[in-house]
Amino acid sequence: MTDRPTDVDVDLHVPARRTELHWPLLAAIAAGGALGALARHGVQAALPTPSGGFPWATFLANVSGCLLIGVLMVVVTEVRTAHRLVRPFLGVGVLGGYTTFSTYVVDTLRTVAAGAPVTALAYLGATLVAALLAVVAGMRLTRRVAGVRIR
Amino acid sequence: MTLLLIVLGAALGAPLRYLADRAVQARHDTSFPWGTLTVNIAGSALLGFLTALPLGDGVMALAGTGFCGALTTYSTFGYETVRLMEEGARFHSVANAVASVVAGLGAAYCGMAIAQTIA
Repeated sequence: MTDRPTDVDVDLHVPARRTELHWPLLAAIAAGGALGALARHGVQAALPTPSGGFPWATFLANVSGCLLIGVLMVVVTEVRTAHRLVRPFLGVGVLGGYTTFSTYVVDTLRTVAAGAPVTALAYLGATLVAALLAVVAGMRLTRRVAGVRIR
Repeated sequence: MTLLLIVLGAALGAPLRYLADRAVQARHDTSFPWGTLTVNIAGSALLGFLTALPLGDGVMALAGTGFCGALTTYSTFGYETVRLMEEGARFHSVANAVASVVAGLGAAYCGMAIAQTIA
């Protein structure tokens, strides 16, 4: 493994992350999580999913959040040394609160229950593929813009 | 009021994800992201349970959209899966993606089934 973290939330293989636990950190994560969840709620309110329809709102939130996590993590781990609360606030909090895994799986099951198993399967697969590609795109674009060479 | 309930739920869920991830990692010295997998499965089970109960909009905003939404994460899951692939841990990367989706679906299904049994 390199010294770059694998886990956004906390990676105990990175020495600085082992000692970072303190109240300002938890407050930053809580505030970021609240903002992210509000943003997700806004997207869901703007794009309501009819019963058995493709859950576009959650799809868009998860994919755009994955693009942004790719950008953020390259910036804070490869491009510059960020303030110690930047990753907790933006990565763990805002993007963690904005994206959701629980709604993704529950949406899928509800779409099946609504009698649209093909839509459910398409949603399940498309979210996974698009989200992973979005992370890769976010990381590559940021590395290219910042001129970072991958170690 | 709905917005305030979402804020409250998310302000609890996001730090709990961090603390749970930390607690799980402290017990497993591996690069496999057990912590995120754990919170995503637990949050999926809870949201499945809640959606199958006849709950009001307020409770769903607080516990569903806010708490479960912020407790679970797609961005961290996606980033970890890509990073494992980058590090050459191809098996762990694919296993993480497959296990997360399969276990998440299973957990949400179990949550719904339990709620339907008791409701």
